[in-house]
Amino acid sequence: MTDEVPLATAEPFRVPTAPCRPEDESSFPAWEWMPEDLPLLPIDCSSEDTKEHAYGLLRVIDDDGKAGGEWNPKLDPEILKTGLEYMLRLRIFDERMMKLQRTGKLSFYMRSFGEEAIAIAQTMALEQHDWVFPSYRQPGAQFVRGRDMVSMMNHCIGNEMDNVKGRQMPVHYTWKEGHFISISSPVGTQFNQAVGVAMASAYKGDDQVTITWLGDGTSAQGDYHYGLNFASVYKPPVILCIVNNQFAISTHANLATGGPNFASRGLPYGIPSIRVDGNDFLALYSITKWARDRASAGHGATHLEVYTYRAGAHSSSDDPSRYRPKDDHLHWPGGDPIERLKNHMISIGIWSEEKHGELIEKIDSEVVASYKEATSYGDLANGPYPPASTIFTEVYETVPWHVQEQREELGK
Amino acid sequence: MAEMNIIEALKSSLDDLMKRDPNVLTFGEDVGYFGGVFRVTDGLQEKYGAHRVFDTPLAEGGIASMAMGMGLNGLRPVAEIQFADYIFPAYDQIVNEIAKVRHRSGGEFTAPVTFRTPAGGGIRGGHHHSQSPESQFTHTPGLKVVYCSTPLNAKGLLTSSVECNDPVIFFEPKRCYNGPFYGDPHKLSTWKGHPDADVPEGEFRIPLEQANMVMEGNDCTVIAWGTMVHICQQAIKESGVSCDLIDLQTLVPWDRDTVVSSVKKTGRCVIVHEAPKTSGFGAEMSASIQERCFYHLESPITRVTGWDTPFPHTTEWDYIPSTERISKAIRATQED
Ligand SMILES: Cc1ncc(C[n+]2csc(CCOP(=O)(O)OP(=O)(O)O)c2C)c(N)n1
Repeated sequence: MTDEVPLATAEPFRVPTAPCRPEDESSFPAWEWMPEDLPLLPIDCSSEDTKEHAYGLLRVIDDDGKAGGEWNPKLDPEILKTGLEYMLRLRIFDERMMKLQRTGKLSFYMRSFGEEAIAIAQTMALEQHDWVFPSYRQPGAQFVRGRDMVSMMNHCIGNEMDNVKGRQMPVHYTWKEGHFISISSPVGTQFNQAVGVAMASAYKGDDQVTITWLGDGTSAQGDYHYGLNFASVYKPPVILCIVNNQFAISTHANLATGGPNFASRGLPYGIPSIRVDGNDFLALYSITKWARDRASAGHGATHLEVYTYRAGAHSSSDDPSRYRPKDDHLHWPGGDPIERLKNHMISIGIWSEEKHGELIEKIDSEVVASYKEATSYGDLANGPYPPASTIFTEVYETVPWHVQEQREELGK
Repeated sequence: MAEMNIIEALKSSLDDLMKRDPNVLTFGEDVGYFGGVFRVTDGLQEKYGAHRVFDTPLAEGGIASMAMGMGLNGLRPVAEIQFADYIFPAYDQIVNEIAKVRHRSGGEFTAPVTFRTPAGGGIRGGHHHSQSPESQFTHTPGLKVVYCSTPLNAKGLLTSSVECNDPVIFFEPKRCYNGPFYGDPHKLSTWKGHPDADVPEGEFRIPLEQANMVMEGNDCTVIAWGTMVHICQQAIKESGVSCDLIDLQTLVPWDRDTVVSSVKKTGRCVIVHEAPKTSGFGAEMSASIQERCFYHLESPITRVTGWDTPFPHTTEWDYIPSTERISKAIRATQED
């Protein structure tokens, strides 16, 4: 063993912990940020111009459901209805998939619970042909791009119709037609890849912007910093989002950075950086549209901290009541993104509780019909699966002799 | 002695090490307050404090380089990498830095870091929660590579790994944490009643570089590590052939003497691993065995391994070497 080294008796270095644990009361500081706080910015602004925006919080819908401030995108009611419908669809879809997970029809699941506005509002603010490069917490973008729920479910339950051929865990969607790039388990790898995708678009002269997301925890990975740095060097048409949902599995965001917040980390890279309320559909839509305009006009990357709360478990394998108060999410000052948009729509007279109830029923029956159809093609508990031959194909462009021999050895 | 599963045995080893040596620290993603996603460090932060058992930022490269720094400066860190598939962001630090510092500093500096990491398939984890990357480390001079398979050797080998003055990559077969796996996903078993679930509670070591003869026989030598040890045990039964079953336990440096004397006795050898075949550790063993046993061999040395493909999700039982494939290979060695 090593020589005895006398240990400091006091804490030798700081080890941050979460602000509250299961036995504590939730303790989120009240929000002081208001929709009127932050001025609209010109799309050719510098990173310094965004300092206030990086340390503040961009909001459009206030606590009473009213929209205000210079960032109000003043969206057509039809867009709001569509956004609400997508968010509800994602929530109901997630709930159904969790049920299927518990009965063994799929191996694992991850919900977007509490974060539904993010992928949906942000993807809606983009053009249909823009590249979406998600983490596992943004499958909602596919609804915006029109992906059929049955096909999404086929992937999750790993049946014969799964377009990934049963190769990936659930929620690792891929959908080239929707410009939705394949989700990878190793966290953060997509961040600087997205910079490359954007550079390729620029090189080819396509007016195509790339958006990517990673989590607060994942921002500790080198990939996050590569992404910021490469984007600051090459100024490609990319939107770099860090979704600060406060947790990385059990680990609180205060272990991801010792700095004051996440958005401001883009400033020294020279990238305009803004913190946005991640449960505010309008704020997300507005800032993403602005970032897209910037990118498309050749002003380069925008860095966004999407400030939210992971309302559910990390995944179907996780039990958050072991490390945080059970009802913590109910105390999040940003509330529930679906309720926020719904209340706003009611307050401007384009929505009602009754319509909301009807919409939920409609989506419920669509989801039930979809899962019935999807499971009729097979599921993880009962098969049929994609054939075992799919193990050997698409490893390389063509099957080399050694892989071919192994395939013959398996004999399937 | 107490009955333990692999998780409890690993925790018992860490507990013993931390009790005896204040320089032992352990850290990783979700390791501190939560006690690890597989619960190996559960309760240790409470017992030893947050500066000895702690959470890290989610960055394997950072975990490895911080561990190296601590090792350079006299500590004995045990870093958890949540899944072996996620050790690759740390690969540069491990391969170019930690593995080489003793040599490149003329012996002045060492980094006695142990990386614990759950590996292998069988939990429907798809290709990024199922890989067995041992040969990516056995090919790196300066690293010792250990693969446990039971509660008993999990404890004994982890203690020896942490006490070893060289860096060690310590693989844990996650499929066997709660029970040995004999190859049939429909039959779950626990460690209850298994002879190797009886683990000494205090200080306990199994020397590195020593293989374990799990079963003895006359007609074939079967070599495996991790989950494959249990699958081989079942496959040997099914084959009806009298076999030596060797659990290699330490891959670098491996117990060549035990293997060679067994193969000289049986004249036949089957090597089994979950990792892909090409450049797998079985290739290294096969070459070394034939160099020393050529005139004793009655049949070619064969390998039963994972395919040279990514590890699949839904069809994982067609990937992991099955008892059928292994017993067929064992029987084939008996034909003239
Ligand atoms: C490289 C790598 N290390 C570890 C993991 C295991 N893991 C999966 S998700 C996760 C936490 C991610 O947290 P965060 O980035 O905050 O995203 P969130 O899940 O909160 O959306 C961890 C540690 C992984 N998938 N990849």
